[in-house]
Amino acid sequence: MLQGKNALVTGASRGIGRAIALELARQGANVAVNYAGSEQKAQEVVEEIEKLGVKACKVQANVASESEVKAMVKEVTSQFGSLDILVNNAGITRDNLLMRMKEEEFDQVINTNLKGVFICTKAVSRQMMKQRSGRIINVASIVGVAGNPGQANYVAAKAGVIGMTKTTAKEFASRNILVNAVAPGFIATDMTDELTDEQKNGMLDMIPLAKLGQPEDVAKVVRFLASDDANYITGQTIHIDGGMVM
Amino acid sequence: MMADVFDRVKAIIVDRLDVEEDKITLEASFKDDLEADSLDVVELVMELEDEFDMEIADEEAENINTVGDAVNYINSKQS
Repeated sequence: MLQGKNALVTGASRGIGRAIALELARQGANVAVNYAGSEQKAQEVVEEIEKLGVKACKVQANVASESEVKAMVKEVTSQFGSLDILVNNAGITRDNLLMRMKEEEFDQVINTNLKGVFICTKAVSRQMMKQRSGRIINVASIVGVAGNPGQANYVAAKAGVIGMTKTTAKEFASRNILVNAVAPGFIATDMTDELTDEQKNGMLDMIPLAKLGQPEDVAKVVRFLASDDANYITGQTIHIDGGMVM
Repeated sequence: MMADVFDRVKAIIVDRLDVEEDKITLEASFKDDLEADSLDVVELVMELEDEFDMEIADEEAENINTVGDAVNYINSKQS
């Protein structure tokens, strides 16, 4: 499905990013595994990908730093020769009620989750424009559509990502670069493990399919959006949330 | 020197914008005379950077409106 394609997945050392990196590799893509701090975990993902018979490399970069991202994209394109797929997945949370949220908590989340998408997209755009093809898939969140108490920063960033997806899709369409977003709901990862049982049960009540999603559920939609099967889809946000927000 | 840069710029424009070579004068505006949209201009600047092995800062790229602007800019950086 993705034989010979080269992909870069940000925040790919664990959670949804890891599942996406592995799924793209399973379909034949070579994958660059970006990480910010978890080098050991990134190395494990690289080794798992290599077992699938495709190329993999790990690349350290804080997505909120333009200089680090530029260096990363340069390294990936020189190793792989081209860059066909970018998955903007890296994200952090600093949850707090708005009245208690510190400016610093707001800024950190916006910098990584929103500005990081801008920086990474800009950094790969030159290569993709030259190729006259490319796929950019942004991992947003269902809370960016519906809102969520305690996550003003995260929600603002994710809603911003959905808006940026639409603009980027329009700007790049003439160069055959397709840009879409996925909006995962309640997916079982380290990030959602931090929630209390009470919060979890509250969320389950809101999900028509009455269960958590798995990282693979998200990864398979990303794989579809990265493939030729999605040739006529751009600027969209696909909800992967068990029907939570319709 | 001037002619050499002009010819190389011209070749890139012909290739990228698919316009007749005789329309490409130093006075020609990319957007008004050569039918480039803003993304085309960004791409042309990228190509020029590669062709002449230089980096053109975004602020400077914004001042490149005509073929002559591009040629002059490149000449000023190469001298």
